[in-house]
Amino acid sequence: MARYSILSLARNALTGHRDWPKLWRSPEPRPAYEVLVIGGGGHGLATAYYLAKEHGVTDVAVVEKGWLAGGNIARNTTIIRSNYLWDESAALYEHALKLWEGLSHELNFNVMLRQRGVLNLAHTEHDVRESIRRVNANRLNGVDAEWLDAAGVKAFCPPINISPDVRYPVLGATLQRRGGVARHDAVAWGYARGADARGVDIIQHCEVTGIRQVRGRIAGVETNRGFIGANKVALVAAGHSSMLADMAGLRLPVESHPLQAMVSEPLKPVLDCVVMSNAVHVYISQSDKGELVLGAGIDAFNSYGQRGGLHVLEDQLAALMQLFPAFSRVRMLRSWGGIVDVCPDASPIISKTPIEGLYINCGWGTGGFKATPTSGWTFAHTIARDAPHPLNAPFALDRFISGALVDEHGAAAVAH
Amino acid sequence: MTGPRRLPNGGRIDRSRVLSFCFDGRRYTGYPGDTLASALLANGVRLVGRSFKYHRPRGVMTAGAEEPNALVLLEPGRFAEPNLRATEIELYDGLVAESVNRWPSLRVDLGAAAGLASGLFVAGFYYKTFMWPPSWWNRVYAPVIRRMAGLARAPSEPDPELYEHRHVHCDILVVGAGPAGIAAAHAAAASGAHVILADERPRPGGTLLDGPAWVGDEEGAAWAERMLAEMSAQVLPRSTAFGYYDHNFVALAERLTEGLSPAERGGRPRQRVWHIRARRVALATGAHERPLVFPGNDRPGVMLAGAVSAYIHRYAVLPGGRAVFLAGDDSVYAAAREFARHGGEVAALVDLRTDSAAEANGLLVLRGAVPLRTFGRGAVTGIEVEVNGTRRRIACDMVAMGGGWNPAVHLFSQSRGTLRWDDESRMFVPGLSAQAERSVGAAGGRFDLEGCIAQGAEAGVTFACELGFEASALSATPAAPAAQPGVLPVPPKSQDKAFVDFQNDVTAADVALARREGMQSVEHLKRWTTLGMATDQGKTSNINGLALMATGLGRPPAEVGHTTFRPPYTPVTFGALAGRHVGALADPVCRTPMQDWHETAGAVFEPVGQWLRARYYPQLGENMREAVARECRAVREGAGILDASTLGKIDIRGSDAAEFLNRIYVNGWKTLGVGRCRYGLMLGEDGMVFDDGVTTRIGEHRYLMTTTSGNAAAVLEWLETWLQTEWPTLRVYCTSVTEQWGTITVSGPQARALVEPLVEDIDLDPAAFPFMSMREGWIGGAPGRIFRIAFTGELSYELNLPWRQALPVWQRLVEAGAVPYGTEAMHVLRAEKGFIVVGHETDGTVTPVDLGMERMVSSRKDFIGRRSLARPDCLRPDRKQLVGLLPEDPLEVLQEGAQILEAPRAAAPVPMLGHVTSSYWSAAMERGFALALVRGGRSRHGDQVWASATTGDSLVRIVDPVFYDPEGTRLDG
Amino acid sequence: MMRIECPWCGGRDETEFHYGGEAHIMRPENPDALSDEAWADYLFMRANPKGVHAERWMHAQGCRRWFNVLRHTVSHEVVAVYPMGTPRPDLPETGA
Repeated sequence: MARYSILSLARNALTGHRDWPKLWRSPEPRPAYEVLVIGGGGHGLATAYYLAKEHGVTDVAVVEKGWLAGGNIARNTTIIRSNYLWDESAALYEHALKLWEGLSHELNFNVMLRQRGVLNLAHTEHDVRESIRRVNANRLNGVDAEWLDAAGVKAFCPPINISPDVRYPVLGATLQRRGGVARHDAVAWGYARGADARGVDIIQHCEVTGIRQVRGRIAGVETNRGFIGANKVALVAAGHSSMLADMAGLRLPVESHPLQAMVSEPLKPVLDCVVMSNAVHVYISQSDKGELVLGAGIDAFNSYGQRGGLHVLEDQLAALMQLFPAFSRVRMLRSWGGIVDVCPDASPIISKTPIEGLYINCGWGTGGFKATPTSGWTFAHTIARDAPHPLNAPFALDRFISGALVDEHGAAAVAH
Repeated sequence: MTGPRRLPNGGRIDRSRVLSFCFDGRRYTGYPGDTLASALLANGVRLVGRSFKYHRPRGVMTAGAEEPNALVLLEPGRFAEPNLRATEIELYDGLVAESVNRWPSLRVDLGAAAGLASGLFVAGFYYKTFMWPPSWWNRVYAPVIRRMAGLARAPSEPDPELYEHRHVHCDILVVGAGPAGIAAAHAAAASGAHVILADERPRPGGTLLDGPAWVGDEEGAAWAERMLAEMSAQVLPRSTAFGYYDHNFVALAERLTEGLSPAERGGRPRQRVWHIRARRVALATGAHERPLVFPGNDRPGVMLAGAVSAYIHRYAVLPGGRAVFLAGDDSVYAAAREFARHGGEVAALVDLRTDSAAEANGLLVLRGAVPLRTFGRGAVTGIEVEVNGTRRRIACDMVAMGGGWNPAVHLFSQSRGTLRWDDESRMFVPGLSAQAERSVGAAGGRFDLEGCIAQGAEAGVTFACELGFEASALSATPAAPAAQPGVLPVPPKSQDKAFVDFQNDVTAADVALARREGMQSVEHLKRWTTLGMATDQGKTSNINGLALMATGLGRPPAEVGHTTFRPPYTPVTFGALAGRHVGALADPVCRTPMQDWHETAGAVFEPVGQWLRARYYPQLGENMREAVARECRAVREGAGILDASTLGKIDIRGSDAAEFLNRIYVNGWKTLGVGRCRYGLMLGEDGMVFDDGVTTRIGEHRYLMTTTSGNAAAVLEWLETWLQTEWPTLRVYCTSVTEQWGTITVSGPQARALVEPLVEDIDLDPAAFPFMSMREGWIGGAPGRIFRIAFTGELSYELNLPWRQALPVWQRLVEAGAVPYGTEAMHVLRAEKGFIVVGHETDGTVTPVDLGMERMVSSRKDFIGRRSLARPDCLRPDRKQLVGLLPEDPLEVLQEGAQILEAPRAAAPVPMLGHVTSSYWSAAMERGFALALVRGGRSRHGDQVWASATTGDSLVRIVDPVFYDPEGTRLDG
Repeated sequence: MMRIECPWCGGRDETEFHYGGEAHIMRPENPDALSDEAWADYLFMRANPKGVHAERWMHAQGCRRWFNVLRHTVSHEVVAVYPMGTPRPDLPETGA
């Protein structure tokens, strides 16, 4: 891997950028690998990267049915925060946030992390109570968190409307100053480049059509490019997890839903932080290009269609008009949808499975982007050691049997 | 005359009025019918904008929705609209517009310094740099990048205008009123079908208005007018179909005040979003001309050839004096002829091909030529081309280019139709349909006028027949003439920038660099370079970009593919999408019969579900705590009244009603006598508390269930779901009666004295009317019910009155001395009694056992959620359990949401035992108290722990959650 | 936005309906007899096919009746609507 440096930039600028190497190879699949990761999205690439880097497992392939990093990592609203209610979640996401904070240098690839602060608004007394509960829990878990009253919210985010005369006035907000946004594609590219440099084969346009088991143990996968053997197979396929699990005869507590997002036309900087509201159902930030980036809740029905209904966007903009009435004359430039795999408790699964050699990482719902580094980090650990790391032990599949759910609905009704 | 470039005759403008407008502080004039772009061109204004990244000077390039360059901020101030395309803004008198993305001015833009470093700032440069030294990212680089971002300024004031939505069904929707669309709508409407014809422009006609056109021996525009006059279709001008969704649902944005100044708009809705469910859709959306990719192709004065023709014919504007036409296809010849015919000088017609047979009418044609570069500071002054190995420099003040046409397949693609690369015509055309639509005319790859019209008419007739209307038989569309493919770009040899995406400054070299770095999928290309992500969404750039990638990879464009076309087709105003769901209509408020009274009494409200409930009634000089304490004392010492109308009320009847309740609630219902009430707790199937309330048997097979205010709708749906999907054989019927009964709770030792004068036929004596029972009778002259249930621990009568008769009773009670109390006092009083509130003491993770209600949970029957309570995690002894807390400092009121710790101020992570769920000042105890969920809390009564809040840590003692009258001696007054 | 054919009221916009997830999940006759695994299967495990999905919808803003729908989860095409309590209909080859 050619390292990026001031020197390499200057040299290339002088030579017309003729000599930049490819970010990653496009190898043909080998007959067999130690670990085969299904899913070349952010989480899959991070998994491969940490397998190689933290565990020395380099005999790894990542197979991706489409183009690399083309799933939810390419479609999310890039919000990063770790202010989750429960201890288990807070530990997981805080670990991720710490990795984020060093990620550009770790990967020698600028993921453009902007820690501009995340506000989670409270609009009712119930919101206030639950918000303060979460701030207290965060603080005691070592996650930075503050409670702001309405005036404090206005001071931190001047364009917001805190008038008491709207249907659901802003009563206050929790603030995580270390929260923010990052350049979503760059994260996946950085992990891909780093994994490739450590010997991982990233194989695009390779669709898994079957999972082969021999005597209850994983043997490899059938693909549109032939059989690929593997000692261990790791499913990291987000919205398509159920289908792949089905190939292995495994049922999951997961439903796939459309989640939509949109951007406005680019505007001069007007909104510095991230603003999220579960009660009126909208979240918004402004990208480094100047676009307002907005998301909301999922469409209710199961779908693999990567698209949702217009009414969901209309509802979300109506909510936005309460918070930022001045944005009424701004225009929606582009809207799109992803497929999110949702667990009953709004928490992920990072787990071994009843099938030896098969591992699964799914169920991130609307909140997977922010967890990308730790999702890969803990999953790599689970695969390499054939045992979960303490961080992801609470997120095993068997919690649905014991009842030990990590129910984040209360804290993150539209979680993301 | 309105500007030096205005032709003396022609155009579809109204020369009887002159409009004055202002661009970047300078005054100009134009005519009604002009766009801002045409009026600026007429005035000889060439520099109208700056590009996004390098701040290159830019001029008007197109005459429509695909414009990448001419973006303005319209009407700075209250009516501001950022980033509008000057090519779409209809001129009105007094219009004010500003160019964007420049500082301090359009002519002198310091941002252009970015262009000097453009050798560094190639595609993907962000990711490789700004990392050293690490601390500079947040302090220096990121803020600078941010300052460079964006185009226009965001509006800073609330929108003074209104928007609306309209929902319609139609048989056939035709999108685009060019020749194909008009023909389709005309043919379809003739059958009697309900047809809507929508067009984005102010005037239907499409390309018929852009140049000379003849339909048979009828002039094109006249044909269009006649057809429109003949047809019974609903014609919507200024209406852009922006999204094609599932099940033939198409969304349109109609601009109702376009071409009117803010003063002329008169308060009418500014835009209207149409939600159209069409049985069939004809897509006649036309095509966009492809720019040519050559060095210096972005200089102001370089335009699309089709746009030149459109400016001449629509607006009587000759955009240049001496022009070079660069032809990648034959349509450029027609534009050159029109330019010459209207007095322009065609310096040369430079054809990139060698084999065209197009008629040049005596113009100088240079075949097989390659454009090398353009000249000019600001606007273009010349161009250099290579012909047969020799370079020629040609002076000109305009370059008109055309590389061929791309069908506008956006809506087709959004409908999930698959595109097909047609090698012969070198374009993506609609392939397999996924919905009930057809692409006709140029949108379908058909470019001859006769063919477009025939194809449109055929679609109209076919649709009508498919839908059962009688339509005249039609001759089939003639075979298409031989394709006249345009040219696809090849990587230029020169180092000068050849732009592919004009707004985002993506060059041919950037595309090549992306390819070399492995970003070879079109989606990677888009994301690495931002190609196609500007406000024009790649209308002029996407096909050129993917063609360059294909050439570079040595693969056909069909294999490289295209990026996904996403809605909206052109940007749509947020406010229009929000429609009327703003302000007071954002979410309608449910009002109780006493709502007006509460408002008059100066109550402070809080939202609870759809309701706004009176939280407390501050009297002069009282703060919240004083008011609540006064209200609490009134209930404990005299009598208070609470408006409880918001509680959900569900009438449940049928011979299996008791069995049904048995399955829904954790406790038993078969032994409840008529006229008796019982508290019930319902769980989700996961064993967690979902809702609670009192249910009363009001007849042999009839019950009245109450629910929490916020959950009423959810509980009704819950009941209906089980009845319909799981137990259809149970004879039970549920009806919401929440809004049938106004509910007044009279509570306190004086309650009986207050209620007594209101009733005639109900004996209130506790012996005759015991706790947890119900009586029907006349209350204040109205037929009603009285329930003896108590959430406060005091003697209470809950009066249910017909909705409209509740207020007079409320008023009589007030006159008789009852003190109104709000939800806050209600919470204090119930918490003193240790009663839970769903949403305070529960959060979806709490079981009845956790709440200390295990004795309620029947072991003799199954009920929803029962099995889940036996899962290992629900049996853990260290689950969080409901307890009371008393702060060691009696004056302290703990923070709700404070976390419970074994010891204060340890280093994170600190193990948390639970949290404070409710916390109040008790007027009765004259101290603060709280309820909490604490790990293993029931066995820890008497222990001291810490409550950790944002305001500090406090020492508290765990106690029984019933603080007040634990023996229940006050229930009978 | 989808259009869904309510068997009682006719075709209506999706926004009039509530979605109820996978159809044909029977509440176990005797939950106490089930293992924790079997109970978890009933509670949480769901078919999530990329293809035709049998699911429940309720016409919340109309007749408030539940019914079953076969719908393709990629094309969103509704291929069958049938009453609660009736078995999933056999389909001819479904495209989409």
